[in-house]
Amino acid sequence: MSMTRREMITRTGKFIILTAAAAEGLQQLTGSAQGQPLKYDAAKHWWAMTLDVEKCIGCGNCVRACAAENDVPRGYFRTWIERYHVIGNDIEHPTVESPDGGIHGFPPAAGDDGKWFFVPKLCNHCAHSPCVQVCPVGATFESPDGVVLVDEKYCLGCRYCVQACPYGCRYIHPKKKTVDKCTLCYHRITRGLTTACCEACPTGARKLADLKDPNDPVHEFLRNNVVQVLKPQMATGSKAYYAGLDGSVR
Amino acid sequence: MRIRFTDASHLVVLVLAFAAGLLVFVALRYALVPAGFGSLGGHYRGPAVAEVAARPIAYAGQTSCLPCHDTEGKDRAGGKHKSVACEACHGALARHTEDPSAVKPALPVASKLCASCHEKDRAKPQWFPQVATEEHSGGADCKSCHMPHNPDPNRGAAQ
Repeated sequence: MSMTRREMITRTGKFIILTAAAAEGLQQLTGSAQGQPLKYDAAKHWWAMTLDVEKCIGCGNCVRACAAENDVPRGYFRTWIERYHVIGNDIEHPTVESPDGGIHGFPPAAGDDGKWFFVPKLCNHCAHSPCVQVCPVGATFESPDGVVLVDEKYCLGCRYCVQACPYGCRYIHPKKKTVDKCTLCYHRITRGLTTACCEACPTGARKLADLKDPNDPVHEFLRNNVVQVLKPQMATGSKAYYAGLDGSVR
Repeated sequence: MRIRFTDASHLVVLVLAFAAGLLVFVALRYALVPAGFGSLGGHYRGPAVAEVAARPIAYAGQTSCLPCHDTEGKDRAGGKHKSVACEACHGALARHTEDPSAVKPALPVASKLCASCHEKDRAKPQWFPQVATEEHSGGADCKSCHMPHNPDPNRGAAQ
């Protein structure tokens, strides 16, 4: 068979393009077979949350919303609010209270002295999560879009991760006997909704953020505020970004 | 002098034992590693991601409310509650959006609901409007002066 140089290059080019197209089509087909919505592409997102301490009024709406959205058992919390009381400059010994996680709000602060403020807390969805590192079976993991999730069918309930989390964000579900935690409302954010806590927050103190979305207001938030993460010395790669955080917060 | 290897059969036994061990390992691994483990690259079951995402929602989200309740939406847009989502006060209502006639939300009790945010507390940020309800209204119904969707008192009370 004789072939000119030109013919050979054209044919090779066609072959490469067609193969790539076929592979892409096949991937789309297998993707839908696994039940993942085709619209959602995990590779295009990197989820985080911003929390503005100076906007939190301690109403407990987020805690109630989280419980309603995720069937969080009574007395356990995927998100909660703490009220800090710092007297003078004693930032090493703040008084921290969180009655029932703040689910019913807070009784009025007693005492006129010192500084009072609320701090909303939840899973920090760390990029280098200590809880994921200690799981002996791979039942907890960082999803490709940056959310720390639990595979409850595979969790042994060994509690290693509960101890490993520096932020106290995990608990053993009293009925399932497996570990349970904030999923950053993964079932909502993959459908284009915000999390239940952000939906219910009346002041916008917390906002879901997609760090891979160039139009997300998070970039402005990170640029215009003095932003901190909790326990930065632990290098967990926390993605819960706090603005206006007091030095006493642990 | 030639060294002769007389006990070659020992080597055969060794190889067979090794092969059997390998077979047992492969069989056990096949039986014990769950389907899809590592399919997303990490040390976890790939399908678990979709399982978590499959959970039904309880909060419908802001955009679901306004197509039907646009009067309330417009009312709210002109006031201080413009960035408060409907479900922040009215509760989780995804089931209402699925079947509006069957699932009706209960009307929140204003005095209780308003106080849950606006009751005075030293820990609340100073910019946030807050009142000690006893001093402010003596426990009267908030709606006698403030309409919840747009609470400016100069706009008059709710009907």
